[in-house]
Amino acid sequence: MSISSCTCGQDVTETELMTRLEEVIKENKDKAGGLIPALQMAQIIFGYLPDMVVDRIAEGFNKTITEVAGVISFYSFFTRNPRGKYLVRVCLGTACYVRGGKEVLEAIKKRLEIDVGETTEDRQFSLEVGRCFGACGMAPVVMVNDETYQRVKPARINEFIAQFATDEELVLEGEEK
Amino acid sequence: MSMCTIPKICSVSDLTALREKLKKENKKISKDDTQQILVCFGGSCLASGAKDVRDALQDELEKAGMSDKVQLVETGCMGPCVAGPVALVGEDRTFYQSLKPEDAKDIVNSHICSGKRVERLMIADEDGKIPAPCRQDMQFFKRQTQVVLRNCGWIDPIQIADTIANDGYAALAKALTGMGPDGVVEQMKISGLRGRGGAGFPTWLKWSFAKAREADTRYVLCNADEGDPGAYMDRSLLEGDPHAIIEGMALAALAIGSNQGYVYVRAEYPLAVERLNIALDQARECGLLGDNIMGTDFCFDLEIKKGSGAFVCGEETALIASIEGKRGEPRPRPPFPAVKGLWGKPTVLNNVETYANVAAIILKGGEWYANIGTEKVREQKYLL
Ligand SMILES: Cc1cc2nc3c(=O)[nH]c(=O)nc-3n(C[C@H](O)[C@H](O)[C@H](O)COP(=O)(O)O)c2cc1C
Ligand code: FES
Repeated sequence: MSISSCTCGQDVTETELMTRLEEVIKENKDKAGGLIPALQMAQIIFGYLPDMVVDRIAEGFNKTITEVAGVISFYSFFTRNPRGKYLVRVCLGTACYVRGGKEVLEAIKKRLEIDVGETTEDRQFSLEVGRCFGACGMAPVVMVNDETYQRVKPARINEFIAQFATDEELVLEGEEK
Repeated sequence: MSMCTIPKICSVSDLTALREKLKKENKKISKDDTQQILVCFGGSCLASGAKDVRDALQDELEKAGMSDKVQLVETGCMGPCVAGPVALVGEDRTFYQSLKPEDAKDIVNSHICSGKRVERLMIADEDGKIPAPCRQDMQFFKRQTQVVLRNCGWIDPIQIADTIANDGYAALAKALTGMGPDGVVEQMKISGLRGRGGAGFPTWLKWSFAKAREADTRYVLCNADEGDPGAYMDRSLLEGDPHAIIEGMALAALAIGSNQGYVYVRAEYPLAVERLNIALDQARECGLLGDNIMGTDFCFDLEIKKGSGAFVCGEETALIASIEGKRGEPRPRPPFPAVKGLWGKPTVLNNVETYANVAAIILKGGEWYANIGTEKVREQKYLL
């Protein structure tokens, strides 16, 4: 189970997703502290937490929408906006920062043509900044979904990104640049 | 991989018998000249390609017809992550660093088959000349006394048999049969162990506060939110020796009279969550967690709560709010969690490293632990 990997965009209908959400709600609503695990699962199912899902969870847990939204906004791993297939998180913890994390971030921003918190138009990549991943020996570190990539070099960002781009066009683009 | 290969443990004598058996089997291995290759599968080494190195080693061993004679072990973090992927090879534990899959051939053909070390993969010593070949010769390891890290980098963290062969759950067995809750607290007091989460509060005192409160339910929590940048002790422990944390928490639960615990792990540590989950499943399957542990009336289980990215959740009251499903906002203390914690019940919350010390203290005695360290600081600290 992972928070970041999403199954959105695949050939699953909304009804199916909602059915899975109902299961998650049923499983967690009577458990003490069940709201956060339910939100985590919902984010895995939908890739993000759209209004419709938040409304349904609030109803299922017998809480106000404001209360649920308050929990969502508190935690940086929850997002109300759709995310890309690959969530790229650049560590800007102390060790990574001094070893060039900032430059890595700038290079990725330039390559993907998005800012932090945004998603590419083709929904392939989202960009976030991370706090320490505890892999400081190999700084600067980038996490893509649940995998850690070490000593990422700003000069070789095209290759770095190209390894995820299953889309042929993107691969070509990456090689050309 | 989560399959438990060992039988259910229904009593303390079952555990003892199993440990003896596993230890004997290990001895037989070295007598038959079976060597070990320990490949570091810590988070850092994995990110720098340890999996491919392991696969290449396996291939080469098969090619050389050595795969039954050489045991490949995937361990937790060995420490020198910067040099990863790293491995310890053979009986003398030759340390190899910055490994690539291509190096597997030399390691197997030269070191394993002909007994000749591969110098180019060894680390240079301080003056940069002669390589320091073996673990025990290296400055990095020489000065370490491993208590918290007793198994980290030595055993496969997701094989409960490895843990048991190395005295895992023996402290719990000892506490369940001879010592009882008061005896556990007493040894913790003698040990002088203080919390490793930052504030350095005496662990035994926190436990005795929670124990003294009248309550129908008490909880034990483990703080694995490890928010300080540059710190990854807790991550290495969870990934490298998850059973040590489980056993430490079980001992705390026994001491204070709790049946349920939670480990709060930050969202940035998926591998730690994965390994801890496997370890929990194994412990349950073997009867080391759950109802009537080792045939006694002690019942205890553990659940993982994943964080969702908020630094402040490392603070104890915020962490508790987060487990309760709320915004992880700290609240003023008192009341302290030991009095009024999770869902208003007396709660003991300790750091990962704190728990990792407990089983060693209970097994070898508080006195033994208190004598480690320097004149002024009679304690053990895991430093990076
Ligand atoms: C802002 C803040 C962040 C903290 N972060 C952590 C942390 O990441 N890990 C931790 O074990 N303790 C952290 N603490 C300390 C905990 O509140 C608590 O004292 C500790 O986990 C208790 O365990 P111990 O007695 O074993 O040290 C933090 C405290 C504060 C105020
Ligand atoms: S992860 Fe291999 S030495 Fe730390």
